Amino acid sequence: MSNEKLLTRRGLFMKLGILFNGLVAAALAVPILRYVLSSVTRGRANAYFEWVPLGRVTEFPEGETRLATFRNPNVMPADGQTVNTACWVRHIEGEEFQVFAINCAHLGCPVRWFPQSGLFMCPCHGGAYYRDGSRASGPPERGLFEYPHKVKDGLITIQAGELPTPGSPTAALDTERPPCA
Amino acid sequence: MRVISQVGEWFERRLQLAEVIRETVEHPVPRKTASWFYVFGSAALAVFVLQVVTGILLAIIYVPSAAEAWNSLQMLNHDVTLGWFIRALHGWGSNFMVAIVLIHMVQVFLFGAYKFPRELTWIVGVFLLLMTLGMAFSGQVLRFDQDAYWGLGIGASIAGRVPILGPATVKLMLGGPIIAGATLSRFFALHVFVIPGLLIGLVSVHLLMVLKLGVNDWPMPGRIVKRATYAAEYEELVKKDGEPFVPYAIWKDLFFSAIILAAVAACAIYFGPFGPSGRPDPTIIQTAPRPDYFFLWLYALLSLLPPSLETPALLIGPVVAIFALILLPFVFGEGEKSWRRRPIAVLSILLIAVTLGTFTHLAGFAPWSPHMNAWSGDPVPERFLKGTTALERQGALVFQVKQCRNCHSLGELGGLRGPTLDSVAVRLTGDQLIRQVIQGGGNMPAYGKNLSPAETTALVAFLMTLHPAGQSPARDAAIQQSQTPPASPRQ
Repeated sequence: MSNEKLLTRRGLFMKLGILFNGLVAAALAVPILRYVLSSVTRGRANAYFEWVPLGRVTEFPEGETRLATFRNPNVMPADGQTVNTACWVRHIEGEEFQVFAINCAHLGCPVRWFPQSGLFMCPCHGGAYYRDGSRASGPPERGLFEYPHKVKDGLITIQAGELPTPGSPTAALDTERPPCA
Repeated sequence: MRVISQVGEWFERRLQLAEVIRETVEHPVPRKTASWFYVFGSAALAVFVLQVVTGILLAIIYVPSAAEAWNSLQMLNHDVTLGWFIRALHGWGSNFMVAIVLIHMVQVFLFGAYKFPRELTWIVGVFLLLMTLGMAFSGQVLRFDQDAYWGLGIGASIAGRVPILGPATVKLMLGGPIIAGATLSRFFALHVFVIPGLLIGLVSVHLLMVLKLGVNDWPMPGRIVKRATYAAEYEELVKKDGEPFVPYAIWKDLFFSAIILAAVAACAIYFGPFGPSGRPDPTIIQTAPRPDYFFLWLYALLSLLPPSLETPALLIGPVVAIFALILLPFVFGEGEKSWRRRPIAVLSILLIAVTLGTFTHLAGFAPWSPHMNAWSGDPVPERFLKGTTALERQGALVFQVKQCRNCHSLGELGGLRGPTLDSVAVRLTGDQLIRQVIQGGGNMPAYGKNLSPAETTALVAFLMTLHPAGQSPARDAAIQQSQTPPASPRQ
């Protein structure tokens, strides 16, 4: 076999050297990749399921929609103001609430509530939603994102660990309702 | 003098660069290419060097922390001696860089320089363009203000639309579940280490190929590029009609680069630095985020595409565009170089320029965005109120209070999202107006739940007065004329 003749001692060592480097590279690649992807693989850590208080039920008059702010439970030391988040709380009646993410379902700009016309309007691309969060007009393909909420000891609390985007679990909580008009 | 040459020799003995430098400097270029059309590449390089230098200068003050970035930018603007000027140079340098890279690309395309054997130079150039845009976007993020925060939100919303991998992509991009400290840190790493490193590497390869393959010969109508004969023809051309790059051609590059750098400096002094706008506090929702100049066309596109087409266009469009650019030199690698013989090439450039220009122009006044303060801020012009009844005036009030004005303009004031209503009564009858207000339709929300019958009556009475003097309002042909409400002409 002519191939065997070509394989000299030096040649073998070089190949072994390349193989050795390949093994070390592969061994290093695993922790490096795990580090780079840690923000993805961390999954829905505890903070996701924390119930964040927005305020007392009495602060949100029945039949009205008010802005509430909270600090995201996923806070890190260098986050500064960015973990402060706003949301719209609609008190329907009794213990019935809806808590909407501030982010337009189109591209995430902050929607504003106009009680006079009963509409949420987005300043970016002109999306509009009815008071129950359902889509009224404009580019959004769906209604506003809603946070899971519950009332406990007179406090309204929500689960709000992530920025709602079209594919996120928050978006999956789409409560289909007929538009109110 | 002897000492200098001795020192020179000492270095040369060790570096052995003299030959390489001489070859580079003296490499022959076809006489006709010493043209003012061939200066954009070197100008882009000059601005890139400016960006590296000013970027390093900014990095010695800037704090890449979500909590401190905005404050450190304020400090640069106001407290650090000439900090504002360095920021302005970097910001304007970025705008100039994108513009020059695009102009360079158009010139290369129209002069057929992407054809054989310079296909790889073009492909590397496509990646250089993408990285330049990547630098522009990541740079906007580092200006960590309201626009940056909501711009990231828009980026995340686009990334979130990727099928299956969407949520993972968002978390990878943001460095976590929300836009926060980790997001800024990773964009800092991208903007300062990753993309510049790749840029320096690819610019070197790009330049190396320009030297090895020679600068593109001046396109002559009828001089056809053929793979089999091009190399010999080019060699012949340079031998017969070539001149050394230095000084024959370089003086124009030097002049143009200096003019561009001076223009960047002039803009920096005159217009000053970009922002930062408001603090990156997401609880401040009174904001209308806008992208930087070079992404305005995208802002327009995202507003004007039909909703059902948006996700496919966002996810497939860029892939198609990049593939088209990469495939271009392979599909059209031979043939005519001269733009005089390539009408489709010229028309494509014109079409793209007009499209991008139109979108950018539209984004300048964003007719698709409601004017959030029009209802409370814009006055109802006097001519629409003169001689109106109490009911009609009540209707004008309803029109303002219910925020109709945010989307509909009157007398050129107000939103442009919906049609202007200056002469709506000519287009719609009273019944049609009532139906439109209550049920909505087209792109208008339904107001049935938010208007009492009395408010609707007043509003429609006001809308019915909106027609030019001398032009009667629309009427339902099925109803006898005497039954239609009396019209009171205005204007």
